[in-house]
Amino acid sequence: MTEDANDSAAVRTDGGESTMSEHEHYEAIVVGCGPGGAAAAAALAENDVETLVLERGVDAGSKNVSGGLIYAEEAAPYTIDDLFPDFREEATERPAEEYKMHNVSGNKVASFDLEEIHHGGTEWCDAVLRREMDSWLADRVHERTRETGGGLLTDVRVNGLLREGGEIVGVTCDELDPITADVIVAADGVNSELARDAGLMNWDEPEDWFQGVKAVVDMDRETIEERFDLDGPDDGAAHLFSGDLFEGVRGGGFLYTNEDSLSIGTVFHLDSIAEERAEPQDLLDALLTHPLLDQWFQGEYEELEYSAKLVPDSKKVANPSPHSGRLLLVGDAAGQMQAQGPIIKGMNHAVSAGGLAAEAFQDAKTRGDPTLAGDLYEQKLEGEGVMDQLRPTRYEATSWLSESSIATSIGSAVMNSPIGRFGVKTFDGLLEKSFNSPFVLGMIPDTKISYVTVPTVIGDVLGEPVSADNEIEPPDLADRIGDLTYDVGDPHIEVLDNSYEASGTAVTACPVSAEDFGGGCYRSETVESNGSKERVVSLDTQPCVECGTCAVVADTHWEHPAGGKGVEFKQG
Amino acid sequence: MKLLALTKGVPDFSEGAVSFDEDGHLERGDTPTVMNPNDEQALEAALQTKVRQGGTVGLMSMGPPGYQDILEEGMESVYADELYLCSDREMAAADTWATAITVATGIEQMDETPDIVFAGFKTADGETGHTGPQTCWALDRPLITHVISMDVDPEAETVRAKRLVKGDVSEIETVEAPLPCAIVTDPEFEPVYRKAEHRLRHKDLREETQERVKNADDHLTVWSQEELNLDPDYIGLDGSPTIVSGVDPIPKAPDEREATVIEAEDEEGMREVLGEITQYAAEGD
Ligand SMILES: Cc1cc2nc3c(=O)[nH]c(=O)nc-3n(C[C@H](O)[C@H](O)[C@H](O)COP(=O)(O)OP(=O)(O)OC[C@H]3O[C@@H](n4cnc5c(N)ncnc54)[C@H](O)[C@@H]3O)c2cc1C
Ligand code: SF4
Repeated sequence: MTEDANDSAAVRTDGGESTMSEHEHYEAIVVGCGPGGAAAAAALAENDVETLVLERGVDAGSKNVSGGLIYAEEAAPYTIDDLFPDFREEATERPAEEYKMHNVSGNKVASFDLEEIHHGGTEWCDAVLRREMDSWLADRVHERTRETGGGLLTDVRVNGLLREGGEIVGVTCDELDPITADVIVAADGVNSELARDAGLMNWDEPEDWFQGVKAVVDMDRETIEERFDLDGPDDGAAHLFSGDLFEGVRGGGFLYTNEDSLSIGTVFHLDSIAEERAEPQDLLDALLTHPLLDQWFQGEYEELEYSAKLVPDSKKVANPSPHSGRLLLVGDAAGQMQAQGPIIKGMNHAVSAGGLAAEAFQDAKTRGDPTLAGDLYEQKLEGEGVMDQLRPTRYEATSWLSESSIATSIGSAVMNSPIGRFGVKTFDGLLEKSFNSPFVLGMIPDTKISYVTVPTVIGDVLGEPVSADNEIEPPDLADRIGDLTYDVGDPHIEVLDNSYEASGTAVTACPVSAEDFGGGCYRSETVESNGSKERVVSLDTQPCVECGTCAVVADTHWEHPAGGKGVEFKQG
Repeated sequence: MKLLALTKGVPDFSEGAVSFDEDGHLERGDTPTVMNPNDEQALEAALQTKVRQGGTVGLMSMGPPGYQDILEEGMESVYADELYLCSDREMAAADTWATAITVATGIEQMDETPDIVFAGFKTADGETGHTGPQTCWALDRPLITHVISMDVDPEAETVRAKRLVKGDVSEIETVEAPLPCAIVTDPEFEPVYRKAEHRLRHKDLREETQERVKNADDHLTVWSQEELNLDPDYIGLDGSPTIVSGVDPIPKAPDEREATVIEAEDEEGMREVLGEITQYAAEGD
């Protein structure tokens, strides 16, 4: 007798202690099928390891958001097309050939070519949409892992680690009975519940994260090629934006060309969004409606999808020892997301890490001791140079000095003074050169000077005014929420302290909430009790896009929704 | 393990699909035929058993040749292997008894008799709930009805099931039956797949079925009255001991009803309403 007819004995959902013999067992479990999970699973299957992949979305990619340029770096231990040879032909949009940075000051814009840094050390770089990319990867992953006796299951959310005698031995899930494994690869992305459960990551500091918000905009193939001056379907463009168009919030914008749509978005430091009480959707709209973008929209704008997600800042959070017992973390789950100045590299590192985790498990098996996998994985991350890219020592050396607020204000004053402005003018060529230097980009501190002041002064001093009127009207929040697809489950977030002091930041920082909007997730309310008035927040998770922001900026108990529930992105 | 689920086509009573004439009689010609909604759980129970134990699922129906579509739809939804249709003019207008005799004969005609026969709770058009149990009686095997969950123990050759016994207080009973047996599912039945291995097999079956559905004809067996060697006196209208003498349409609710709005604060008004309700309940009509 098994399963439901005798379920009190067979079904454990508490995720607590257990004995191995009771449970279904696989040699490897991979949690999550984004680029990190797909790479790990493919590499494990290559070594004939019986691999089970568990993905919470209805389809891989239905939960995922990227800007999305995926890089294949020459020095990387694994690239996505090493593991999936037809990847570029079948799962990507357009290569990002042209790569420009626009420094904006009001309606003046100075544009730099960043092709040197973009193409330097890069085999290729393509724009992707995650729903399509990840579901394509998932089909391949299922085919290959099925041959090992495992396979890929969607609609399954892993909700914790299964422990035996205090040791991690497997996973517990909402939809399945606990499963044990010799190795567990947590590729469950940013806000990894497994990484937190194992005590390897925490969600405490807004400084450790970026928040990415994105719109996918409809535009047919020919129009894209004409307006971006592209040579057919194998050509594409990437544009980055920084300066004063984001009300002083630290971060920037991007625009990438897809086959027949555009991906336009913003990535900001979460602490800056929180401090400035900025509304992410307004920041995105500031980019969308800037006159510079009129050359591409020409008055037409149809938004296909609005989405958002947190992004870890590897400089601060990449865990140098991302393992515990049988558990190995890869990709965003381990904080392996590199912001190299304006260039965002997360997917490629997730792929490298996935490949290395699989390799480490194989080596450990060969040595006759699978429990060595974690240590070997750590050594490989170090030895292959991945860790140094993620946490450059140069950054650690410069950041303590330049991120102090005194240094920032002095720097800001200097940049804005005649001397600073004179310097910008004099070193025009040199500036473009230094933006193209991985060495310089690796040590740029996360301050207002780098993100706002420098680009604004550059735009002001060197820029040309853009005369166009950009008259498009992006949809309001209600329409954006209404256009998304949800399968609402039980509330997956609980506000622990609903006082405005503890959780009020979420009202503005949540990308589907706003101070003056009642239809989002977070609302602020004034309640009267015992004659005194108190400002509190209330939460309705129904329109939640699962970005993870309120896990960090508010006092919440935050979990992902059950398998197949919650938001379903069609583009991603 | 050999499994068989019984199913039937019924008029699609869903809003927008169903068509009635002015007197409230069903217009068969204008109303599409769909699989009896309560059969879906029977089919799901058969699939769950196949996923967990391995084996094959057959689907069987008695009805006009057009029911082939219903069977094919069933093949697609629960990855059935073989389809059986008992179809002959002589079988038409059968009541539940004559249907049970026909279907049971069909089951005995199968190359290998099924270990478990699954049937759904009553049909949407007949509403009797007799055909499943009567077929089981004709086959002379044990029957578990109102099944909400079940599993097979292949070694002990038994089925254990939970059945929902509705009454003033509903209860869930766990019962066991030896194989071969029959199961009638309750509308509350839900398949449960809590093992990764089972979900993976489910996924395999879905992929395999996509090919099979393209050539569903190759998997369909149609039996006539002669092929089943059935006595015409025991099947169809002639073999039916019960007849439907007439159907009283359920009177339509008037388009507009009189309503009196009473505000929540209106105590007097509320008291009057309560009085009326109490009187209505006491009279029992
Ligand atoms: C707006 C924005 C722009 C970005 N731009 C770029 C860019 O241009 N280039 C770039 O390289 N990177 C970019 N990134 C970062 C990039 O998206 C991530 O670094 C990358 O997706 C990380 O891959 P991953 O495999 O680690 O995790 P993910 O891609 O997040 O995949 C994790 C998977 O795990 C699943 N999962 C999570 N929890 C569970 C659970 N409990 N049970 C089962 N499954 C679970 C999820 O559904 C998901 O499929 C951007 C991110 C954002 C938000
Ligand atoms: S409720 Fe929290 S997780 Fe959901 S969209 Fe808002 S900030 Fe993001």
